[in-house]
Amino acid sequence: MTRIVDPTDERAPLSRTLAQRPRELRGVAALLDIAKPRGDVLLDRIEQRLAERAPGITLKRYRKPTFAKPAPDDLRRRIAEESDFVIEALAD
Amino acid sequence: MPESLPSFSRVDQHGWTFSFPDHPALLCFVKEDCPTCGMTMPLIEAAAVAFQGELDVLAIGQDAAGNARLLERHKLNVPMIDDSDLKLSYAFNVEIVPTVVLADAGGAQLRRFEGFDKSDWQSVISEAAHLAGGPELRIDWSAYPQSRPGCGSKSVEPGVAERLAAEASGSPLRARQIELGAEEDPFEFMFERGLTDGLPVIPPTPERVMRMLAGTRRDSQEVIATVPPNLAPLTIEKVAANAVMAGCRPEYLPVVIAVLEAVCTDEFNIHGVMATTAGATPTIVVNGPIRHRLGMNMKIGVLGSGNRANATIGRAVKLALRNVGGARPGEIERTALGGPGKYTACYPEWEERSPWEPLHVERGFRREDSVVTVFGLEPAPRLIVDQLSRTAHALAGSLGMALESCWHPKLHAYGEILLVISPEHADTIARDGWSKAQVRNRIQEASARPIRELLPGIDAGEGMALRHFGLANPTAEQLEQRIPKFRKAENINIMVAGGEAGKFSSVFGGWFSGPMGSISVSRKIEEVP
Repeated sequence: MTRIVDPTDERAPLSRTLAQRPRELRGVAALLDIAKPRGDVLLDRIEQRLAERAPGITLKRYRKPTFAKPAPDDLRRRIAEESDFVIEALAD
Repeated sequence: MPESLPSFSRVDQHGWTFSFPDHPALLCFVKEDCPTCGMTMPLIEAAAVAFQGELDVLAIGQDAAGNARLLERHKLNVPMIDDSDLKLSYAFNVEIVPTVVLADAGGAQLRRFEGFDKSDWQSVISEAAHLAGGPELRIDWSAYPQSRPGCGSKSVEPGVAERLAAEASGSPLRARQIELGAEEDPFEFMFERGLTDGLPVIPPTPERVMRMLAGTRRDSQEVIATVPPNLAPLTIEKVAANAVMAGCRPEYLPVVIAVLEAVCTDEFNIHGVMATTAGATPTIVVNGPIRHRLGMNMKIGVLGSGNRANATIGRAVKLALRNVGGARPGEIERTALGGPGKYTACYPEWEERSPWEPLHVERGFRREDSVVTVFGLEPAPRLIVDQLSRTAHALAGSLGMALESCWHPKLHAYGEILLVISPEHADTIARDGWSKAQVRNRIQEASARPIRELLPGIDAGEGMALRHFGLANPTAEQLEQRIPKFRKAENINIMVAGGEAGKFSSVFGGWFSGPMGSISVSRKIEEVP
């Protein structure tokens, strides 16, 4: 484990802050299937329930090529550009 | 008066807690792979058995697995304190094992020795017996040699000593420390946190910063400057962290400190130099004996790459300005174009090859002083070619014509520049015995132009308005008045450096110099023997 002496004026906080949570469900929600088996089953169910309970949002489905690697840059960028929320399914 | 020792409380291999000071104590620092320690263990055991309950005899072992083997090998029951974190060894300033310390019940040191010496041991045992109320020890002293040297303590191994110093309660490190994740690549982390100039930096671990701080005698918490634009306090510790990142050796640190002190003055105006859209950078000239001590390159390729001191001193300055001052490109550093000198710009003068006084002596220092001079200049030098001039008059004239193009040929009354004259050019001038003042005057003469040629025009829109010359409706004669390139001849700063073959010189063009812009500043470098 490495420690470093902070070479800055120490203005920026060390840990990243979370993005602000929206007050209501509106806009586009991304449903990301990470490509684990049966992740699609979970997301299908979530999609169905969200459509019933939050009719104001649009749902978009995405899928990673493989669960073993981080999402490719262009997929991450696409999700960030096109949606306001992400729900990621782990499954198994 | 006996020395007072650090206190501690530790548990031995049997689960007994020993506090020091409590009883009188005999503390024996050992490590398993030291033969002298192994030879001493039976003596420590004998003392522990004899003095039990009256005087604490503790073996303090420097690695956990080795401690167990040491007890096993010698079939011992002596209380063994695990010091694998080496904190006790560091606190007791142990450099050699075995180190044996006898202390009274108040924790005052009565006797201390290192290695093995039969007479030392005989004395310490007799003194300990006295403290313990007089039990007898039967030791076959003939089984022991007269003396044996000890081994190096683990606490002084390279890298370990710095870590221990950084972790100790009196550590000179006070800056926030950032712990990286186990899988995190420290080099990538430095990029992600926005701490680099675009090139990789060395992660400033506490051990490395401690080693860097050994390069100065100044207090790590001394605030040497307030750095714009953030107006943040700059401590020696922060300078050291940035010097580590830049790749400096500890002996460069005093130079980096002197430069940062110089640039953070009102005269130098580092805020303007960093923020200008025109593009200037703190350009450093190093003079004096330190050039040799640091192995700086003042010869072939002096303004280029390849020398660690030249490259990293300037880079450390820029990193400190960026990280502590907050002058990041695209934020407050707003140069339209920039240049390679924005990474680093630090050059020693080849004083020994110069026909003139070196720059620092001209500025009032003694030749044997080591001095930095900083200029706010363009972030790249430009070559001036003259392979044909054979007289000082002709060559200085050539230099003058070339220097007129700094900024723009029609912008005269110009401020400070740095002219780097190569050895061959210096030789040409020296053959005629010219002084620097004569060179400057000839440059002023050769670069002077009549006012009419400096006015903005149809063919070249840049230029100087009549009001610059205090004129409104000038006569033809007034328009013929010749204006030299430089506001004053002293603005032409001259140093000698470079390879011995090549009839070339170089110029670093200026920025707004003077009280409204930046004025060069010299500062003596701390002498660290």
